[in-house]
Amino acid sequence: MTVVIGFEGSANKIGIGIIRDGEVLSNPRRTYITPPGQGFLPSDTARHHRAFILTVLKEALEQAGLKPADIDCVAYTKGPGMGAPLVTVALVARTVAQLWGKPLLGVNHCIGHIEMGRLITKANNPTVLYVSGGNTQVIAYSERRYRIFGETIDIAVGNCLDRFARVIKISNDPSPGYNIEQMAKKGSQYVELPYTVKGMDVSFSGILSYIEVRAAQRRFHTFIILLLSLQETLFSMLVEITERAMAHCGSQEVLIVGGVGCNLRLQEMMGVMCKERGAKLFATDERFCIDNGAMIAQAGWEMFRSGQVTELEDSWITQRYRTDEVEVTWRD
Amino acid sequence: MARENNMAVPEFLREAELLKQGAEARVYRAEFLGRPTIVKERFPKRYRHPALDEKLTHRRTVQEVRAILRCRRAGISAPVVYFVDYTCHCIFLEEIVGSSTVRDYIASAQQSDSCKELKLQRLAERVGQVLAKMHDEDVIHGDLTTSNMLLRPSPEGGESDLVLIDFGLSYISALPEDKGVDLYVLEKAFLSTHPNTEELFEKLLKSYKASSKKSSAVIKKLDEVRLRGRKRSMVG
Repeated sequence: MTVVIGFEGSANKIGIGIIRDGEVLSNPRRTYITPPGQGFLPSDTARHHRAFILTVLKEALEQAGLKPADIDCVAYTKGPGMGAPLVTVALVARTVAQLWGKPLLGVNHCIGHIEMGRLITKANNPTVLYVSGGNTQVIAYSERRYRIFGETIDIAVGNCLDRFARVIKISNDPSPGYNIEQMAKKGSQYVELPYTVKGMDVSFSGILSYIEVRAAQRRFHTFIILLLSLQETLFSMLVEITERAMAHCGSQEVLIVGGVGCNLRLQEMMGVMCKERGAKLFATDERFCIDNGAMIAQAGWEMFRSGQVTELEDSWITQRYRTDEVEVTWRD
Repeated sequence: MARENNMAVPEFLREAELLKQGAEARVYRAEFLGRPTIVKERFPKRYRHPALDEKLTHRRTVQEVRAILRCRRAGISAPVVYFVDYTCHCIFLEEIVGSSTVRDYIASAQQSDSCKELKLQRLAERVGQVLAKMHDEDVIHGDLTTSNMLLRPSPEGGESDLVLIDFGLSYISALPEDKGVDLYVLEKAFLSTHPNTEELFEKLLKSYKASSKKSSAVIKKLDEVRLRGRKRSMVG
Protein backbone atom coordinates (compact mmCIF):
# COMPACT_ATOMS: atom_id res chain seq x y z
CA MET A 1 0.00 0.00 0.00
CA THR A 2 1.39 3.39 -1.01
CA VAL A 3 -0.14 6.67 0.16
CA VAL A 4 0.98 9.88 -1.53
CA ILE A 5 -0.03 13.45 -0.71
CA GLY A 6 0.14 15.97 -3.57
CA PHE A 7 0.48 19.75 -3.36
CA GLU A 8 -0.64 21.87 -6.34
CA GLY A 9 -0.59 25.66 -6.64
CA SER A 10 0.99 26.62 -9.96
CA ALA A 11 -1.81 29.01 -10.93
CA ASN A 12 -4.77 30.41 -9.04
CA LYS A 13 -5.93 27.12 -7.52
CA ILE A 14 -4.41 25.74 -4.33
CA GLY A 15 -5.22 22.07 -3.97
CA ILE A 16 -3.94 19.23 -1.82
CA GLY A 17 -4.94 15.64 -2.47
CA ILE A 18 -4.22 12.21 -1.06
CA ILE A 19 -4.14 9.03 -3.12
CA ARG A 20 -3.79 5.47 -1.89
CA ASP A 21 -3.10 2.95 -4.66
CA GLY A 22 -5.38 4.58 -7.21
CA GLU A 23 -8.05 5.65 -4.75
CA VAL A 24 -8.65 9.36 -4.20
CA LEU A 25 -9.03 9.72 -0.43
CA SER A 26 -9.38 13.50 -0.38
CA ASN A 27 -8.97 16.41 -2.80
CA PRO A 28 -9.86 19.80 -1.27
CA ARG A 29 -9.13 22.99 -3.21
CA ARG A 30 -9.45 26.78 -3.03
CA THR A 31 -9.53 29.16 -6.00
CA TYR A 32 -8.25 32.73 -6.02
CA ILE A 33 -10.93 34.66 -7.90
CA THR A 34 -10.30 38.23 -8.99
CA PRO A 35 -12.93 40.87 -9.78
CA PRO A 36 -14.27 41.04 -13.37
CA GLY A 37 -11.80 42.63 -15.74
CA GLN A 38 -8.76 41.55 -13.73
CA GLY A 39 -6.43 38.63 -14.07
CA PHE A 40 -4.49 37.06 -11.21
CA LEU A 41 -1.00 38.41 -10.52
CA PRO A 42 1.78 36.21 -9.10
CA SER A 43 2.29 38.02 -5.78
CA ASP A 44 -1.43 38.23 -5.00
CA THR A 45 -1.89 34.60 -5.96
CA ALA A 46 0.99 33.54 -3.72
CA ARG A 47 -0.53 35.56 -0.89
CA HIS A 48 -3.83 33.77 -1.39
CA HIS A 49 -2.16 30.37 -1.36
CA ARG A 50 -0.19 31.23 1.79
CA ALA A 51 -3.42 32.22 3.50
CA PHE A 52 -5.21 28.96 2.72
CA ILE A 53 -2.65 26.22 2.29
CA LEU A 54 -2.50 25.03 5.88
CA THR A 55 -6.30 24.95 6.14
CA VAL A 56 -6.49 22.91 2.94
CA LEU A 57 -3.75 20.61 4.23
CA LYS A 58 -5.73 19.97 7.40
CA GLU A 59 -8.86 19.28 5.34
CA ALA A 60 -6.98 16.85 3.13
CA LEU A 61 -5.76 14.81 6.09
CA GLU A 62 -9.08 14.94 7.95
CA GLN A 63 -11.22 14.03 4.93
CA ALA A 64 -8.89 11.12 4.21
CA GLY A 65 -8.97 10.11 7.86
CA LEU A 66 -5.19 9.92 7.92
CA LYS A 67 -2.32 11.13 10.07
CA PRO A 68 1.05 12.34 8.74
CA ALA A 69 2.58 9.01 9.76
CA ASP A 70 0.31 7.24 7.25
CA ILE A 71 1.78 9.18 4.31
CA ASP A 72 4.56 7.49 2.33
CA CYS A 73 5.60 10.34 0.06
CA VAL A 74 5.12 14.08 -0.35
CA ALA A 75 4.65 15.18 -3.97
CA TYR A 76 4.52 18.79 -5.09
CA THR A 77 4.36 20.70 -8.36
CA LYS A 78 7.89 21.44 -9.51
CA GLY A 79 6.57 23.35 -12.53
CA PRO A 80 5.60 24.73 -14.94
CA GLY A 81 3.61 27.67 -13.66
CA MET A 82 3.83 31.02 -11.94
CA GLY A 83 6.96 31.56 -9.87
CA ALA A 84 5.69 33.01 -6.59
CA PRO A 85 2.77 30.59 -6.07
CA LEU A 86 4.99 27.61 -6.98
CA VAL A 87 7.55 28.70 -4.40
CA THR A 88 4.92 29.10 -1.71
CA VAL A 89 3.59 25.60 -2.19
CA ALA A 90 7.02 24.00 -2.59
CA LEU A 91 8.12 25.57 0.68
CA VAL A 92 5.24 23.98 2.57
CA ALA A 93 5.79 20.63 0.86
CA ARG A 94 9.49 20.66 1.75
CA THR A 95 8.70 21.59 5.33
CA VAL A 96 6.12 18.88 5.93
CA ALA A 97 8.31 16.31 4.20
CA GLN A 98 11.10 17.10 6.64
CA LEU A 99 8.77 17.36 9.64
CA TRP A 100 7.17 14.04 8.87
CA GLY A 101 10.40 12.40 7.70
CA LYS A 102 8.99 11.46 4.29
CA PRO A 103 10.62 11.48 0.82
CA LEU A 104 9.84 14.37 -1.55
CA LEU A 105 8.87 14.19 -5.21
CA GLY A 106 8.84 17.11 -7.63
CA VAL A 107 6.15 16.52 -10.24
CA ASN A 108 5.56 18.03 -13.68
CA HIS A 109 2.13 19.70 -13.62
CA CYS A 110 1.20 18.58 -17.14
CA ILE A 111 2.05 14.99 -16.33
CA GLY A 112 -0.11 15.30 -13.22
CA HIS A 113 -3.06 16.07 -15.48
CA ILE A 114 -2.27 13.16 -17.78
CA GLU A 115 -1.81 10.58 -15.04
CA MET A 116 -5.00 11.68 -13.28
CA GLY A 117 -6.89 11.46 -16.54
CA ARG A 118 -5.55 7.95 -17.16
CA LEU A 119 -6.44 6.87 -13.63
CA ILE A 120 -9.99 8.20 -13.61
CA THR A 121 -10.97 7.24 -17.15
CA LYS A 122 -8.87 4.07 -17.43
CA ALA A 123 -7.94 5.11 -20.96
CA ASN A 124 -5.26 2.76 -22.22
CA ASN A 125 -2.98 4.76 -24.50
CA PRO A 126 -4.88 7.84 -25.62
CA THR A 127 -3.93 10.86 -27.62
CA VAL A 128 -4.10 13.54 -24.92
CA LEU A 129 -5.42 17.03 -25.48
CA TYR A 130 -4.18 19.14 -22.59
CA VAL A 131 -5.93 22.49 -22.56
CA SER A 132 -5.91 25.03 -19.77
CA GLY A 133 -5.25 28.67 -19.03
CA GLY A 134 -1.54 28.11 -19.30
CA ASN A 135 -1.08 25.18 -21.64
CA THR A 136 -2.34 23.84 -24.92
CA GLN A 137 -0.67 20.66 -26.08
CA VAL A 138 -1.49 17.48 -27.95
CA ILE A 139 0.50 14.71 -26.34
CA ALA A 140 1.09 11.07 -27.12
CA TYR A 141 3.18 8.58 -25.19
CA SER A 142 6.10 7.02 -26.98
CA GLU A 143 9.26 5.36 -25.72
CA ARG A 144 9.31 6.64 -22.16
CA ARG A 145 8.30 10.21 -22.95
CA TYR A 146 5.08 12.10 -23.22
CA ARG A 147 5.86 13.62 -26.59
CA ILE A 148 4.31 16.88 -27.66
CA PHE A 149 2.86 16.38 -31.13
CA GLY A 150 1.17 19.73 -31.43
CA GLU A 151 0.87 22.83 -29.31
CA THR A 152 0.11 26.49 -29.36
CA ILE A 153 2.89 28.59 -30.83
CA ASP A 154 1.81 31.59 -28.78
CA ILE A 155 -0.85 31.68 -26.02
CA ALA A 156 -2.89 28.88 -24.47
CA VAL A 157 -6.53 28.48 -25.46
CA GLY A 158 -7.66 29.10 -21.86
CA ASN A 159 -5.56 32.23 -21.79
CA CYS A 160 -7.31 33.45 -24.94
CA LEU A 161 -10.71 32.85 -23.34
CA ASP A 162 -9.71 34.36 -19.98
CA ARG A 163 -8.25 37.49 -21.55
CA PHE A 164 -11.30 38.08 -23.70
CA ALA A 165 -13.49 37.58 -20.63
CA ARG A 166 -11.49 40.35 -18.95
CA VAL A 167 -11.96 42.70 -21.88
CA ILE A 168 -15.74 42.34 -21.77
CA LYS A 169 -15.74 42.17 -17.97
CA ILE A 170 -17.29 38.74 -17.49
CA SER A 171 -17.22 37.45 -13.91
CA ASN A 172 -14.28 35.22 -12.95
CA ASP A 173 -16.48 33.29 -10.52
CA PRO A 174 -16.22 30.29 -10.61
CA SER A 175 -13.99 30.75 -13.65
CA PRO A 176 -14.13 33.01 -16.73
CA GLY A 177 -14.21 30.00 -19.04
CA TYR A 178 -17.27 28.57 -17.33
CA ASN A 179 -19.16 31.83 -17.68
CA ILE A 180 -18.21 32.14 -21.34
CA GLU A 181 -19.57 28.64 -21.88
CA GLN A 182 -22.90 29.49 -20.24
CA MET A 183 -23.29 32.70 -22.23
CA ALA A 184 -22.32 31.05 -25.51
CA LYS A 185 -25.05 28.46 -24.97
CA LYS A 186 -27.62 31.20 -25.34
CA GLY A 187 -26.34 32.16 -28.78
CA SER A 188 -27.29 30.87 -32.18
CA GLN A 189 -25.64 33.23 -34.64
CA TYR A 190 -22.13 32.61 -35.89
CA VAL A 191 -19.62 35.04 -37.36
CA GLU A 192 -16.37 34.08 -39.10
CA LEU A 193 -13.21 34.58 -37.05
CA PRO A 194 -9.55 33.95 -37.94
CA TYR A 195 -8.74 30.24 -37.94
CA THR A 196 -5.06 29.40 -37.54
CA VAL A 197 -3.81 25.86 -37.68
CA LYS A 198 -0.18 25.36 -38.76
CA GLY A 199 0.40 21.66 -39.28
CA MET A 200 -0.05 20.14 -35.85
CA ASP A 201 0.28 23.49 -34.11
CA VAL A 202 -2.22 26.26 -33.44
CA SER A 203 -2.01 29.99 -32.86
CA PHE A 204 -4.46 32.00 -30.78
CA SER A 205 -3.02 35.50 -30.48
CA GLY A 206 -4.44 36.52 -33.85
CA ILE A 207 -8.00 35.56 -33.06
CA LEU A 208 -7.71 37.25 -29.65
CA SER A 209 -6.59 40.56 -31.18
CA TYR A 210 -9.35 40.26 -33.76
CA ILE A 211 -12.17 39.81 -31.26
CA GLU A 212 -10.80 42.41 -28.87
CA VAL A 213 -11.04 44.94 -31.68
CA ARG A 214 -14.54 43.80 -32.68
CA ALA A 215 -15.70 43.95 -29.06
CA ALA A 216 -14.35 47.50 -28.69
CA GLN A 217 -16.05 48.57 -31.91
CA ARG A 218 -19.33 47.36 -30.43
CA ARG A 219 -20.14 45.78 -33.77
CA PHE A 220 -22.73 43.50 -32.22
CA HIS A 221 -25.35 44.49 -29.71
CA THR A 222 -24.49 41.59 -27.42
CA PHE A 223 -21.24 39.76 -26.95
CA ILE A 224 -22.97 36.42 -27.19
CA ILE A 225 -22.43 36.15 -30.93
CA LEU A 226 -18.69 36.74 -30.42
CA LEU A 227 -18.52 34.24 -27.55
CA LEU A 228 -20.29 31.53 -29.49
CA SER A 229 -18.17 32.13 -32.58
CA LEU A 230 -15.03 32.22 -30.45
CA GLN A 231 -15.76 28.87 -28.83
CA GLU A 232 -16.72 27.26 -32.14
CA THR A 233 -13.53 28.47 -33.80
CA LEU A 234 -11.12 27.75 -30.94
CA PHE A 235 -12.54 24.32 -30.28
CA SER A 236 -12.63 23.40 -33.96
CA MET A 237 -8.92 24.17 -34.12
CA LEU A 238 -8.28 21.97 -31.08
CA VAL A 239 -10.34 19.09 -32.44
CA GLU A 240 -8.53 19.38 -35.75
CA ILE A 241 -5.02 19.13 -34.33
CA THR A 242 -6.11 16.29 -32.07
CA GLU A 243 -7.52 14.45 -35.07
CA ARG A 244 -4.30 14.98 -36.98
CA ALA A 245 -2.26 13.51 -34.14
CA MET A 246 -4.61 10.54 -33.95
CA ALA A 247 -4.34 9.92 -37.66
CA HIS A 248 -0.56 10.20 -37.47
CA CYS A 249 -0.23 7.82 -34.51
CA GLY A 250 -3.05 5.48 -35.49
CA SER A 251 -4.69 6.09 -32.12
CA GLN A 252 -8.30 5.21 -31.28
CA GLU A 253 -8.60 7.01 -27.97
CA VAL A 254 -8.73 10.66 -26.96
CA LEU A 255 -8.32 11.99 -23.43
CA ILE A 256 -9.05 15.64 -22.66
CA VAL A 257 -7.39 17.09 -19.55
CA GLY A 258 -6.90 20.58 -18.14
CA GLY A 259 -9.38 23.25 -17.04
CA VAL A 260 -10.71 23.96 -20.54
CA GLY A 261 -11.54 20.25 -20.72
CA CYS A 262 -14.53 20.95 -18.46
CA ASN A 263 -16.22 22.72 -21.34
CA LEU A 264 -19.11 20.56 -22.49
CA ARG A 265 -19.19 22.05 -25.98
CA LEU A 266 -15.53 21.04 -26.47
CA GLN A 267 -16.33 17.55 -25.19
CA GLU A 268 -19.34 17.41 -27.51
CA MET A 269 -17.32 18.42 -30.57
CA MET A 270 -14.52 16.01 -29.76
CA GLY A 271 -17.13 13.31 -29.24
CA VAL A 272 -18.56 13.88 -32.73
CA MET A 273 -15.09 13.68 -34.28
CA CYS A 274 -14.32 10.49 -32.36
CA LYS A 275 -17.60 8.86 -33.37
CA GLU A 276 -16.90 9.56 -37.03
CA ARG A 277 -13.53 7.82 -36.71
CA GLY A 278 -14.75 5.01 -34.50
CA ALA A 279 -12.59 6.27 -31.66
CA LYS A 280 -13.39 6.64 -27.98
CA LEU A 281 -13.46 9.87 -26.02
CA PHE A 282 -12.43 10.10 -22.38
CA ALA A 283 -12.93 13.15 -20.23
CA THR A 284 -13.14 13.93 -16.53
CA ASP A 285 -15.31 16.33 -14.56
CA GLU A 286 -14.34 19.61 -12.89
CA ARG A 287 -12.92 17.85 -9.83
CA PHE A 288 -10.06 16.51 -11.91
CA CYS A 289 -9.99 18.67 -15.05
CA ILE A 290 -9.23 21.76 -13.07
CA ASP A 291 -5.88 21.91 -11.25
CA ASN A 292 -6.05 19.79 -8.09
CA GLY A 293 -3.74 18.19 -5.54
CA ALA A 294 -4.74 14.59 -6.20
CA MET A 295 -3.37 14.72 -9.74
CA ILE A 296 0.04 15.63 -8.36
CA ALA A 297 -0.31 12.83 -5.83
CA GLN A 298 -1.17 10.37 -8.59
CA ALA A 299 1.78 11.30 -10.77
CA GLY A 300 3.90 11.24 -7.62
CA TRP A 301 2.56 7.76 -6.81
CA GLU A 302 3.65 6.48 -10.23
CA MET A 303 7.06 8.11 -9.98
CA PHE A 304 7.64 6.96 -6.38
CA ARG A 305 6.73 3.38 -7.15
CA SER A 306 9.13 3.33 -10.08
CA GLY A 307 11.90 4.36 -7.69
CA GLN A 308 12.14 8.12 -8.15
CA VAL A 309 12.77 10.56 -5.33
CA THR A 310 13.64 14.27 -5.27
CA GLU A 311 16.50 15.20 -2.95
CA LEU A 312 16.06 18.35 -0.92
CA GLU A 313 18.71 20.23 -2.87
CA ASP A 314 16.88 19.39 -6.10
CA SER A 315 13.47 20.39 -4.82
CA TRP A 316 13.43 23.79 -6.53
CA ILE A 317 10.64 25.00 -8.75
CA THR A 318 10.73 26.17 -12.34
CA GLN A 319 8.36 28.27 -14.40
CA ARG A 320 9.23 26.45 -17.62
CA TYR A 321 9.09 22.69 -17.61
CA ARG A 322 8.34 20.89 -20.86
CA THR A 323 6.18 17.79 -20.69
CA ASP A 324 8.70 15.86 -22.76
CA GLU A 325 11.57 16.64 -20.37
CA VAL A 326 10.42 13.98 -17.92
CA GLU A 327 11.51 10.39 -18.31
CA VAL A 328 8.35 8.31 -17.85
CA THR A 329 9.95 5.49 -15.93
CA TRP A 330 6.65 3.95 -14.88
CA ARG A 331 5.53 2.94 -18.38
CA ASP A 332 7.31 0.90 -21.04
CA MET B 1 -24.72 24.24 -61.06
CA ALA B 2 -27.50 21.85 -62.08
CA ARG B 3 -28.93 19.59 -59.42
CA GLU B 4 -28.23 16.37 -61.39
CA ASN B 5 -24.49 17.07 -61.47
CA ASN B 6 -24.25 16.98 -57.67
CA MET B 7 -24.89 13.25 -57.63
CA ALA B 8 -22.26 12.24 -60.20
CA VAL B 9 -19.20 12.27 -57.94
CA PRO B 10 -20.84 10.72 -54.85
CA GLU B 11 -22.17 7.94 -57.06
CA PHE B 12 -18.75 7.45 -58.57
CA LEU B 13 -17.26 7.18 -55.09
CA ARG B 14 -19.76 4.54 -54.07
CA GLU B 15 -18.01 2.17 -56.49
CA ALA B 16 -14.54 3.26 -55.41
CA GLU B 17 -12.30 1.56 -52.87
CA LEU B 18 -11.95 3.50 -49.59
CA LEU B 19 -8.26 3.51 -48.70
CA LYS B 20 -8.28 5.49 -45.51
CA GLN B 21 -9.93 8.17 -43.51
CA GLY B 22 -7.31 10.73 -42.64
CA ALA B 23 -7.84 13.72 -40.42
CA GLU B 24 -8.76 15.94 -43.36
CA ALA B 25 -10.47 13.71 -45.86
CA ARG B 26 -11.45 10.29 -47.06
CA VAL B 27 -9.12 8.88 -49.65
CA TYR B 28 -10.41 6.51 -52.32
CA ARG B 29 -8.78 4.56 -55.10
CA ALA B 30 -10.57 4.32 -58.43
CA GLU B 31 -10.04 4.44 -62.14
CA PHE B 32 -10.74 7.72 -63.87
CA LEU B 33 -10.29 8.28 -67.59
CA GLY B 34 -8.46 4.97 -67.71
CA ARG B 35 -5.85 5.96 -65.12
CA PRO B 36 -5.28 4.81 -61.54
CA THR B 37 -6.67 7.68 -59.49
CA ILE B 38 -6.78 8.78 -55.89
CA VAL B 39 -9.88 10.75 -54.95
CA LYS B 40 -9.53 12.98 -51.95
CA GLU B 41 -12.93 13.82 -50.52
CA ARG B 42 -13.15 16.51 -47.90
CA PHE B 43 -16.34 15.43 -46.23
CA PRO B 44 -18.27 17.77 -43.93
CA LYS B 45 -16.96 17.77 -40.39
CA ARG B 46 -20.04 17.57 -38.26
CA TYR B 47 -18.28 18.83 -35.16
CA ARG B 48 -17.78 22.22 -36.80
CA HIS B 49 -20.37 24.97 -37.15
CA PRO B 50 -21.74 24.53 -40.71
CA ALA B 51 -20.72 28.02 -41.88
CA LEU B 52 -17.17 27.51 -40.58
CA ASP B 53 -17.02 24.04 -42.10
CA GLU B 54 -18.05 25.17 -45.58
CA LYS B 55 -15.61 28.12 -45.61
CA LEU B 56 -12.71 26.05 -44.34
CA THR B 57 -13.34 23.06 -46.58
CA HIS B 58 -13.69 25.15 -49.70
CA ARG B 59 -10.59 27.20 -48.90
CA ARG B 60 -8.49 24.12 -48.25
CA THR B 61 -9.61 22.45 -51.49
CA VAL B 62 -8.70 25.50 -53.54
CA GLN B 63 -5.37 26.04 -51.78
CA GLU B 64 -4.39 22.42 -52.18
CA VAL B 65 -4.96 22.35 -55.90
CA ARG B 66 -3.26 25.69 -56.42
CA ALA B 67 -0.16 24.60 -54.47
CA ILE B 68 0.14 21.28 -56.31
CA LEU B 69 -0.05 22.98 -59.69
CA ARG B 70 2.50 25.56 -58.68
CA CYS B 71 4.90 22.86 -57.51
CA ARG B 72 4.50 20.83 -60.66
CA ARG B 73 5.12 23.86 -62.84
CA ALA B 74 8.41 24.34 -60.98
CA GLY B 75 9.46 20.74 -61.56
CA ILE B 76 8.75 19.41 -58.06
CA SER B 77 7.14 15.99 -58.01
CA ALA B 78 3.54 16.09 -56.89
CA PRO B 79 0.52 14.15 -58.12
CA VAL B 80 -1.14 15.28 -61.34
CA VAL B 81 -4.52 16.90 -60.74
CA TYR B 82 -7.06 15.28 -63.07
CA PHE B 83 -10.30 16.90 -61.88
CA VAL B 84 -11.82 18.94 -59.06
CA ASP B 85 -15.44 19.04 -57.95
CA TYR B 86 -16.03 22.13 -55.84
CA THR B 87 -19.51 21.22 -54.65
CA CYS B 88 -18.54 18.05 -52.89
CA HIS B 89 -14.91 19.14 -52.41
CA CYS B 90 -13.33 16.22 -54.21
CA ILE B 91 -9.93 16.28 -55.84
CA PHE B 92 -9.09 13.59 -58.38
CA LEU B 93 -5.33 12.99 -58.32
CA GLU B 94 -2.82 10.74 -60.01
CA GLU B 95 -2.20 7.62 -57.93
CA ILE B 96 1.50 7.21 -57.20
CA VAL B 97 1.49 3.47 -57.78
CA GLY B 98 3.82 1.26 -55.76
CA SER B 99 5.01 4.05 -53.51
CA SER B 100 5.83 3.99 -49.81
CA THR B 101 5.95 6.84 -47.36
CA VAL B 102 9.23 8.33 -46.19
CA ARG B 103 7.98 7.53 -42.72
CA ASP B 104 7.87 3.80 -43.45
CA TYR B 105 11.21 4.03 -45.26
CA ILE B 106 12.92 5.57 -42.22
CA ALA B 107 11.30 3.10 -39.85
CA SER B 108 12.37 0.09 -41.90
CA ALA B 109 15.84 1.50 -42.54
CA GLN B 110 16.29 1.95 -38.79
CA GLN B 111 15.33 -1.70 -38.26
CA SER B 112 17.71 -3.12 -40.85
CA ASP B 113 21.48 -3.11 -40.47
CA SER B 114 22.73 -2.86 -44.03
CA CYS B 115 23.84 0.65 -45.11
CA LYS B 116 21.38 2.16 -42.65
CA GLU B 117 23.38 5.36 -42.16
CA LEU B 118 24.07 5.87 -45.83
CA LYS B 119 20.46 5.33 -46.86
CA LEU B 120 19.09 7.74 -44.29
CA GLN B 121 21.71 10.40 -44.98
CA ARG B 122 20.97 10.26 -48.69
CA LEU B 123 17.24 10.54 -47.99
CA ALA B 124 17.73 13.56 -45.72
CA GLU B 125 19.83 15.20 -48.39
CA ARG B 126 17.14 14.72 -51.02
CA VAL B 127 14.31 15.92 -48.79
CA GLY B 128 16.30 19.08 -48.03
CA GLN B 129 16.77 19.69 -51.73
CA VAL B 130 13.11 19.25 -52.62
CA LEU B 131 11.93 21.48 -49.79
CA ALA B 132 14.41 24.16 -50.79
CA LYS B 133 13.05 24.10 -54.32
CA MET B 134 9.46 24.30 -53.02
CA HIS B 135 10.20 27.23 -50.73
CA ASP B 136 12.08 29.03 -53.48
CA GLU B 137 8.76 28.80 -55.37
CA ASP B 138 7.15 30.45 -52.32
CA VAL B 139 4.94 27.42 -51.70
CA ILE B 140 4.38 26.74 -48.02
CA HIS B 141 3.30 23.12 -47.59
CA GLY B 142 1.79 23.73 -44.15
CA ASP B 143 1.73 20.12 -43.04
CA LEU B 144 5.15 18.67 -43.63
CA THR B 145 5.43 15.23 -42.09
CA THR B 146 7.18 12.08 -43.17
CA SER B 147 3.78 10.61 -43.98
CA ASN B 148 3.27 13.34 -46.58
CA MET B 149 6.35 12.44 -48.62
CA LEU B 150 6.31 9.43 -50.91
CA LEU B 151 9.05 7.49 -52.62
CA ARG B 152 7.96 6.33 -56.07
CA PRO B 153 10.11 3.52 -57.47
CA SER B 154 11.71 4.45 -60.75
CA PRO B 155 10.75 2.26 -63.75
CA GLU B 156 14.41 2.04 -64.83
CA GLY B 157 15.44 0.87 -61.37
CA GLY B 158 17.41 3.99 -60.44
CA GLU B 159 16.86 6.17 -57.38
CA SER B 160 13.20 6.50 -56.45
CA ASP B 161 11.33 9.73 -57.04
CA LEU B 162 10.52 11.87 -53.98
CA VAL B 163 6.90 12.99 -54.29
CA LEU B 164 5.21 15.53 -52.03
CA ILE B 165 1.54 15.03 -51.24
CA ASP B 166 -1.21 16.39 -49.03
CA PHE B 167 -1.10 20.09 -49.71
CA GLY B 168 -4.31 20.65 -47.76
CA LEU B 169 -2.88 23.31 -45.48
CA SER B 170 -0.68 24.95 -48.07
CA TYR B 171 -0.56 28.56 -49.19
CA ILE B 172 1.65 30.93 -51.16
CA SER B 173 4.03 33.15 -49.20
CA ALA B 174 7.44 34.71 -49.68
CA LEU B 175 7.94 35.42 -45.98
CA PRO B 176 10.93 33.72 -44.30
CA GLU B 177 8.73 33.47 -41.19
CA ASP B 178 6.24 31.21 -42.98
CA LYS B 179 8.99 29.06 -44.47
CA GLY B 180 10.68 28.84 -41.09
CA VAL B 181 7.43 27.71 -39.49
CA ASP B 182 7.00 25.18 -42.33
CA LEU B 183 10.37 23.65 -41.45
CA TYR B 184 9.53 23.84 -37.75
CA VAL B 185 6.37 21.84 -38.35
CA LEU B 186 8.47 19.21 -40.15
CA GLU B 187 11.08 19.19 -37.42
CA LYS B 188 8.50 18.57 -34.73
CA ALA B 189 6.73 15.88 -36.72
CA PHE B 190 10.05 14.30 -37.65
CA LEU B 191 11.49 14.15 -34.15
CA SER B 192 8.29 12.99 -32.50
CA THR B 193 7.67 10.23 -35.05
CA HIS B 194 11.27 9.11 -35.37
CA PRO B 195 12.95 9.46 -31.96
CA ASN B 196 16.72 10.01 -31.85
CA THR B 197 17.02 11.41 -35.37
CA GLU B 198 18.23 14.89 -34.46
CA GLU B 199 21.43 14.44 -36.48
CA LEU B 200 19.50 13.24 -39.49
CA PHE B 201 17.32 16.31 -39.42
CA GLU B 202 20.41 18.52 -39.19
CA LYS B 203 21.61 16.88 -42.39
CA LEU B 204 18.27 17.72 -43.96
CA LEU B 205 18.66 21.36 -42.99
CA LYS B 206 22.21 21.48 -44.27
CA SER B 207 21.04 20.18 -47.61
CA TYR B 208 18.21 22.74 -47.60
CA LYS B 209 20.67 25.55 -46.91
CA ALA B 210 22.94 24.42 -49.72
CA SER B 211 20.14 24.10 -52.26
CA SER B 212 18.02 27.16 -51.51
CA LYS B 213 18.81 30.63 -52.74
CA LYS B 214 17.00 32.34 -49.89
CA SER B 215 17.81 30.01 -47.02
CA SER B 216 19.72 32.14 -44.49
CA ALA B 217 16.71 34.28 -43.54
CA VAL B 218 14.57 31.16 -43.32
CA ILE B 219 16.96 29.28 -41.03
CA LYS B 220 17.27 32.37 -38.85
CA LYS B 221 13.48 32.43 -38.50
CA LEU B 222 13.46 28.71 -37.77
CA ASP B 223 15.84 29.30 -34.84
CA GLU B 224 13.57 32.06 -33.55
CA VAL B 225 10.45 29.93 -33.81
CA ARG B 226 12.18 27.07 -31.97
CA LEU B 227 12.98 29.42 -29.10
CA ARG B 228 9.42 30.69 -28.97
CA GLY B 229 8.18 27.26 -27.99
CA ARG B 230 10.77 27.04 -25.21
CA LYS B 231 10.24 30.50 -23.78
CA ARG B 232 6.52 30.38 -23.52
CA SER B 233 5.05 30.79 -20.04
CA MET B 234 3.18 27.68 -19.01
CA VAL B 235 0.82 28.73 -16.25
CA GLY B 236 -2.26 26.82 -15.23
